Amino acid sequence: MSELVSGLVPADRLQDLTHDDITRYSRQLLLAEIGIEGQKKLKGAKVLIVGTGGLGAPLALYLAAAGVGTLGLVDFDCVDVSNLHRQIIHGSRDVGRPKVASARDRIRALNPLVDVVTYNEPLKSDNALDIIREYDVVADGTDNYVTRYLVNDACVLLGKPNVYGSVFQFEGQASVFYAKHGPCYRCLYREPPPPGLVPSCAEGGVLGILPGVIGMIQANEVIKLLVGGGDPLIGRLLLYDAWKMKFRELKLERDPECPVCSEHPTITELVDYESFCRIGAKPDEAPVESISATELKRRFDENKPVQVIDLREPHERAYFKFPNAKVIPLGQVIRRMDELNPAVDTVFVCKIGQRSILAIRNLRGAGYQGKMMNLLDGVQGWIREVDPSAKQI
Amino acid sequence: MSVSILIPSALRAFTDRKSEVEAEGATVGEALAALAETYPDLKHQIYEDDTKLRGFVNVFVDGNNIKKLNGLDTPVKPDAVVTIVPAIAGGF
Ligand SMILES: [Zn+2]
Repeated sequence: MSELVSGLVPADRLQDLTHDDITRYSRQLLLAEIGIEGQKKLKGAKVLIVGTGGLGAPLALYLAAAGVGTLGLVDFDCVDVSNLHRQIIHGSRDVGRPKVASARDRIRALNPLVDVVTYNEPLKSDNALDIIREYDVVADGTDNYVTRYLVNDACVLLGKPNVYGSVFQFEGQASVFYAKHGPCYRCLYREPPPPGLVPSCAEGGVLGILPGVIGMIQANEVIKLLVGGGDPLIGRLLLYDAWKMKFRELKLERDPECPVCSEHPTITELVDYESFCRIGAKPDEAPVESISATELKRRFDENKPVQVIDLREPHERAYFKFPNAKVIPLGQVIRRMDELNPAVDTVFVCKIGQRSILAIRNLRGAGYQGKMMNLLDGVQGWIREVDPSAKQI
Repeated sequence: MSVSILIPSALRAFTDRKSEVEAEGATVGEALAALAETYPDLKHQIYEDDTKLRGFVNVFVDGNNIKKLNGLDTPVKPDAVVTIVPAIAGGF
């Protein structure tokens, strides 16, 4: 029988249910697809959740509630108050604590029958195989490409399913990457975006509910893989747009030239993911010149000619209006290049000084000849150095 | 021939916040080129050079990845739905 039908929990870990188990999980035991046999599999199961943030929170809570016997949690971060609008496993009293400790306490309060194993450290090439090897299923709730490629490759190498979820602003993706039965993450995305091309998560924002929805879809897929049966999200990419309230499904296929899961892989052990994720950064590209907030202020005070372009979106400017700036959002700079005067030095401003670098590179590529500078650390730098009374977001 | 192109959240800053854009073209490549002409700032985000899409950008026509079809030369029927699906990393 295929493991997708029989479930991924080894037979030697199955134990009888106790009276407490039967009482607690009675509503789930009533489901023919789960029943006593399925619940025993959940009890014997070991699931690793990488990241205890927006996706990890619902994953951990629902899997604990459903009676998954062992949950491994990997995270090296501490709880910040700005996490709480989405990371519902943590509370206000947990601010400053390690996320894995806070999550463990909450899981224990919810279901003391669950064993929690915490790894208060980043997942790296030198520990990933040893950690992941112990588990039946891995759920990826990380927030960066370095760890996503690492989790993917480690899962492929160890033959484990990688239950994937990812979110940005109002949009989420979910799939099950399981190279034994379908494509892996690399089959879909050959490489990450070059550094600086895509606004970082901290700049882009996210609706708190979104990782909740996607994390729960991941939890649902984990349960099916453990118990067996149903239609796992293998070879399918689910897209969810929370603002339009639309789900779409796309077909995913294996890439016969995938570097890690194809028949002749070029990646046969874990690699250096930091440097892999720097590919596409062009080292030969001329560096972008920067100007500090203090220096820009001096130019203003001395009435030296300078044109300032604020690249932020209208809602970001509502928090802080940048002085003497002309507004051209990042997404329009090339189209509106004619509005810049190449005879005058131009300083580009964004929230943290990343989009400004991208804008300068794009304008250079589009043939703009004037002198361009990036305001170091963006509006955050300006507030820190020049205008500390302003409100920071 | 007009097809609709679905723009993901991550790229809407480059399409005046539009989530769906109509574009003319008989192939996926032609439709995307028309889109890039209307929104030149988008072009650099999704294309590596004039002919190749970036490695983190996938394009699907009516639910199927163009990598498995004819790439950018994949023909599009009228009323086809072209979906741009870039990698996103957030899980935070
Ligand atoms: Zn693969």
